[in-house]
Amino acid sequence: MSAAAQQLLENLNALAAGLFLLTAFGIVAMRQARACLNLFILQSLLLAASAVLLGVRYDSGHLYGVALVNLVSKPLIVPWLLRKTSPAEIYTRREIEQVLDIPIALLIALALVIAAYFVGIPLANAVGPGFRGPNVPIGIAVLLLGAFTLTVRREALSLLIGLLVMENGAFLAGIAIARDLGMLVELAIATDGLVIVFIMGVLVRAVQQQIGTTAIGALASLKETAAQAAAARPSPADRASS
Amino acid sequence: MSVLLLLLLPLAATLLICIPFGKRWVPAVTLLSCLAELVLTARLALQVVAGHAPGELLAASWSKWIAVDGLSALILLLIALIGTTAALYSVGYMAVEELTARKLRLYHANYNLFIFSMLAIPVLAEPTLVWIVVELTTLCSALLVSFDNTREALEAAWKYVVLSLMGAGVALLGFMVLFAAMHAGGGGTYTWAGLVAVAPRMPPLLLQAAFLLILIGLGTKVGLVPMHTWLPDAHSQAPSPVCALLSGIETSSILYVILRLFPLMQAVPGAHAETWAMVLGLISVGTASFLLLQVKDYKRLFAFSTVEHMGIMLAAIGLGGSAANYGALQQMVSHSVTKSFCFLAAGAALLATGTREIGAVRALIRRSPPAGAALILGGLAIAGAPPMAVFLSEFAILKAGLARGQYLATGLLATFIVIAFFGVMAHLNRMVFGAPANATAQPAQSGPEPAGTFQLPLSCRLALMLAAVPVLVLGVYLPRTLHDLLMLATAAIMR
Repeated sequence: MSAAAQQLLENLNALAAGLFLLTAFGIVAMRQARACLNLFILQSLLLAASAVLLGVRYDSGHLYGVALVNLVSKPLIVPWLLRKTSPAEIYTRREIEQVLDIPIALLIALALVIAAYFVGIPLANAVGPGFRGPNVPIGIAVLLLGAFTLTVRREALSLLIGLLVMENGAFLAGIAIARDLGMLVELAIATDGLVIVFIMGVLVRAVQQQIGTTAIGALASLKETAAQAAAARPSPADRASS
Repeated sequence: MSVLLLLLLPLAATLLICIPFGKRWVPAVTLLSCLAELVLTARLALQVVAGHAPGELLAASWSKWIAVDGLSALILLLIALIGTTAALYSVGYMAVEELTARKLRLYHANYNLFIFSMLAIPVLAEPTLVWIVVELTTLCSALLVSFDNTREALEAAWKYVVLSLMGAGVALLGFMVLFAAMHAGGGGTYTWAGLVAVAPRMPPLLLQAAFLLILIGLGTKVGLVPMHTWLPDAHSQAPSPVCALLSGIETSSILYVILRLFPLMQAVPGAHAETWAMVLGLISVGTASFLLLQVKDYKRLFAFSTVEHMGIMLAAIGLGGSAANYGALQQMVSHSVTKSFCFLAAGAALLATGTREIGAVRALIRRSPPAGAALILGGLAIAGAPPMAVFLSEFAILKAGLARGQYLATGLLATFIVIAFFGVMAHLNRMVFGAPANATAQPAQSGPEPAGTFQLPLSCRLALMLAAVPVLVLGVYLPRTLHDLLMLATAAIMR
């Protein structure tokens, strides 16, 4: 492969990684649950694109496998599983009352990205001289943004997407530094992601039936200070009424 | 091949449970499969102690993915032991709850899947596959935590899943960095043994980053203190036999994964793995011992005690030296058998009184003598009173700490253990022996049974008696085979 072609592939990969980071910002800022899901699907497609580009660049067939697994599982199976397991209400929810308002959330997200840069660059350099590219710092940044989404959101779907975004971030870093992890592992991780969606979908349905809301993150009866109140409610009576 | 059989058994049991043969069939299948696992793991442990190399136990083609050494055999034995007593206990516990046939099948199917995912952790040798089964333990147990379907149980399950999976995301990056470190160190097979061989050539920065990411990520699931917030909720809201599994063995089997990293870190000079373990461990023990004092719910009391014990183990690893490591593993054994016994006793108290609130339970010893006796025995045992298993292992750790000259750390550890002792005993003593606060309020608080003495189901009494045996025996006598197994396991976590 010529040097110019290699350079082109690396630049395209950097573009995909940059857009990947932007979608994570979008997920932090979006209020509508449905929009978050769409952004997550776009993000998974960008992850697949980065895997293909790096696969061509480093001539690694294994990375095509990663791309294929991502193309099938996240844009197709995840929404299907969500439709099967959880109530339709989760799509229509909007979060008006957020823990933080959007500009502050975005500022914190920006700070996280800068922190991730300073952590990620030395790590990427330690991997070896042959490797260049923004995958490691951006992967770590998206991991942090996913965790941040989890702490500021209250809606079930946003929380689930926050988890999947964290995993996407770990993968974007992973495809650059751990290229030959093995196909079995990739498939197992993808299956695992689907089990996450399934179990959480089942839990959301149970919560909606029992409590009548999908703002599951807002539940806070189990605290040390509130333990008295929770314990005062007799639990056998709870069981009898359900 | 017995290792593969071990993994297939719980899966087969899950399938068998789906056949609708009535209400007695389902618990019987679980119990039988757990008993068979216990026999298999005991045989495996004996083989390991007798000196069979890990590869000899398996067909050659599998040895890349599966390996059993002393440490794995120890964890496997604990999982099977506690799985069996909790399965026996479930028979009577679930009979009292009067579930529909479908709900009962759901419980037992999940129970077996949960056992499967835990058994797979020590058996698998490939770190990323281990990561996957660690995630599976969360996912398989989530529906067990939410099993009661109350508001609190659902909240606890959700918190458990979200925080554990958050940790898992961080740990995934850690395992990928570990792979990159191995690659940068010249490559090899990505297994625990392969990593130990390559470790001296790995770039220290990458290895340390991987260690910290995995320690924080999986530490969330172990319940180490800054990340422990979900643990008291999940470990108190689940049905009691499930609590016994969650607290007794799930935490330990995740800690096992972290322990696997220590020989790697010791290969690199100045990696400070022990310091990290010591700091996180002491913070966990200290915070948990003070939180123990103010709980209002006796299942939460035992859950906080789990945080405390995980901290003790990690701090013991942090002390360094083979005596302290041996003590940490002995503590793992005694914690597993004792804490599962405690939760079974707490379940008996819950069945007898119908409330989880410490303040509402008084004079339990009169209402249900077996439940009261078990609860006070469990309390003494878990708090570390002699002559019981936990006392012996905590004593071993403190002795090892003093021998290493780590006076400050050992002193802090001893102080926190004493505080926790009084925290646990003050609460439980009042519950079991305290006079009823006002006799008229008592019937209103009592559970599904009318007031008077409560008859605990036979299988629960049987399970409590069986679970009490190792708690008492290990306090006065450590069998030769177990000692050899602990020595082998200690060798596995040290370079």
